[in-house]
Amino acid sequence: MNLVEYRRAARAWLQENAPSDDHPETDAIARAKDFMARLHDAGYSGITWPRRWGGQGLTEAEERAFAAEARDHSLPTYVFSIGLGMTGPTILDRGTDAQRERFLRPLLRGEEIWCQLFSEPGAGSDVAALQTRAVRDGDHWVVNGQKVWTSVAHHADWGLLLARTDVEVPKHKGLTMFVVDMHHPGVTVRPLKDMSGRANFNEVFFDDVTIPDEHRVGEVNDGWSVAVTTLLHERLSISSGVGMGGQKDNPAALEALRTMVDTSDPYVRDQLVELHIRSRALALFNQRLAQETEAGVFPGARGSAAKLLLAELTLFQADLATQLVGPEAVLADHPLSRVIATAPGMALGGGTNEIMRNIVGDRVLGLPPEPRMDKNVPFKDLKVGTQA
Amino acid sequence: MKLVLSPEQRELREAVRGFLRDASPLSKVRQGYDPQVYARLNGELGLSGLIIPEEYGGSGAGMAELAVALEETGAALLPGPFLSTAFTAVAATLVPDKELLTGIAEGRVTATLDETEVLFDGASARGTLPQVLSGMEADVLVAPARTGDGLVMVCVELAGPGVGRGPLETLDLTRGQAKVVLDGAPARALGPAPESGIGDRLCVALAAEQLGVMRAALDAIVAYAKIRVAFGRYIGSYQGVKHKLADMHGKLEQAESIVRYAAWAADESPGELPGAAALAQAYVGRACFEVARDHLLLYGGVGYTWEHDAHLFYKRAKADEVLLGPPRIHRARLADLLEL
Repeated sequence: MNLVEYRRAARAWLQENAPSDDHPETDAIARAKDFMARLHDAGYSGITWPRRWGGQGLTEAEERAFAAEARDHSLPTYVFSIGLGMTGPTILDRGTDAQRERFLRPLLRGEEIWCQLFSEPGAGSDVAALQTRAVRDGDHWVVNGQKVWTSVAHHADWGLLLARTDVEVPKHKGLTMFVVDMHHPGVTVRPLKDMSGRANFNEVFFDDVTIPDEHRVGEVNDGWSVAVTTLLHERLSISSGVGMGGQKDNPAALEALRTMVDTSDPYVRDQLVELHIRSRALALFNQRLAQETEAGVFPGARGSAAKLLLAELTLFQADLATQLVGPEAVLADHPLSRVIATAPGMALGGGTNEIMRNIVGDRVLGLPPEPRMDKNVPFKDLKVGTQA
Repeated sequence: MKLVLSPEQRELREAVRGFLRDASPLSKVRQGYDPQVYARLNGELGLSGLIIPEEYGGSGAGMAELAVALEETGAALLPGPFLSTAFTAVAATLVPDKELLTGIAEGRVTATLDETEVLFDGASARGTLPQVLSGMEADVLVAPARTGDGLVMVCVELAGPGVGRGPLETLDLTRGQAKVVLDGAPARALGPAPESGIGDRLCVALAAEQLGVMRAALDAIVAYAKIRVAFGRYIGSYQGVKHKLADMHGKLEQAESIVRYAAWAADESPGELPGAAALAQAYVGRACFEVARDHLLLYGGVGYTWEHDAHLFYKRAKADEVLLGPPRIHRARLADLLEL
């Protein structure tokens, strides 16, 4: 099947199978799991993953083609987005065959939901400063600590956990990656309301939670390099919009906004033009990265530039839309009040704008790194978190 | 839609880049137009005939290839009538009389295109053109003229009788303009002016040059940030500098994406061209100036000196931003195309 036929078939399947836009709240997870199973049966889950682990063994080209078609639908894949975009690819890249065998197919079929457990109250941008401890005890590990900003943890069956396994060495060198059973006794998930009032993420507490050693991903104390793999996948999946709603339903995007404002006003017209210019500029950049990927040139850290630009566009358009619409935009039942209340999220989640600029500066432009105080200091002697 | 260069286009880029590195280094651009460089550019690389059909002696390439070449001439701040001749070639391929094309393709004729309407009586032209790009260096001027049959494009030999021209002192030291007065200058009609297509392609061509200007400016300041030390460390290690450079890089990535898209639209998707062309000028023109400005500022005081090259980029970027009219016209055009 060539790409055009592939895309046509995907479109037909989606028209037949994508749920309507009524966003049912009841049984949402059960419905989402059912949809994922059908998606997998149809061959659209894990498009680029090897067939051996439940994928389709196809290329980025097919994945992009499907994603382009999926943008016209509101697919209920949100709860699987961490697994599909981040933890799954990490296991694929860095896991053992036994782990791939055990975890990947149920993930692709929507039978198991995943979350990612890196950030902590004292370790956000500086995630390698995390303090959650994993201590070896025979053939298993015992975990104590706290994670935060954990999306979909309240639905998750498994979590990809980064924990400290050695405090005698500098911070990056004493971390290890694990797969943790989120249903294990001692795991407490507490919803954390974001500034929009919704609880899309959680705090997760670990009290003497045991993890078998065969659920360790990568070597002991080599967790940082595994985490870098995960974060790279995260930025790419955010900037390319994989697993995320496109602009289709965004009331601050040009198509919706133009119906809410007086476009005969020259100021309004010019501001809408500005929104068009910025949206097109980023959309074309993302398409160019996608075409480069298809041609075998991987964007790497340039994905961080795309993520940064998306964060800025998100803030700009929410700000602009509410300004142009005026007083009614701040009423809770107006769609834009949600947009403005969630706009800062993109500039924080997946790495702040400042971290993205550091990455672009260091890894794309090759600028000299900032001198660091913590490089050769054993973790136990290091200042971390918030200190008066 | 094609947003990445083909292997052939990458070869073209390397060839032009390599040629300009030797033939027109930055240290030479203040000396202005060098006809020998222009002759070699056409003789060795055939650049002036790039978009001219093969039957008129050109290589029959598209706007995508012209954009590749203009990006490099922009990055080199190449002085002289290369851009104005490319503009003229764009127009001359869209009018019935193709005679001009052969001279341009062979590199014998440099040309310039102006939008000021002149008076034309069938044999000679009159009018004052206040700001003609590369007007002192070009051999031939092409301009629109109002006649009983509507708007036609006419062609005038600038070294011929009935032509008065004088150089204008301009902001951009690397590429000049001239005031041209036609007083019964012998003129030839090239045929009716096409209703659309010329202006959009000029927008794309100029955006390609602007992409080159901003890329070279960013490359220069990034290189400097890696060797300049202040307070005991390289200035590129400070977030105050690094973050600004990262933002400039984002603008460059978006600008390149838009230029590739607009050039592709010019070649392959005429329906998308008007919107793509207006987008190219509205985004790339501004981004180029902002990057050139910030690159100058990040040099510190030395960037403000006459001796330093930073102001050459800054001035070319400003001259380019307003070359095809005030930037608001491109934004107004987008508003119309979006039916706002």
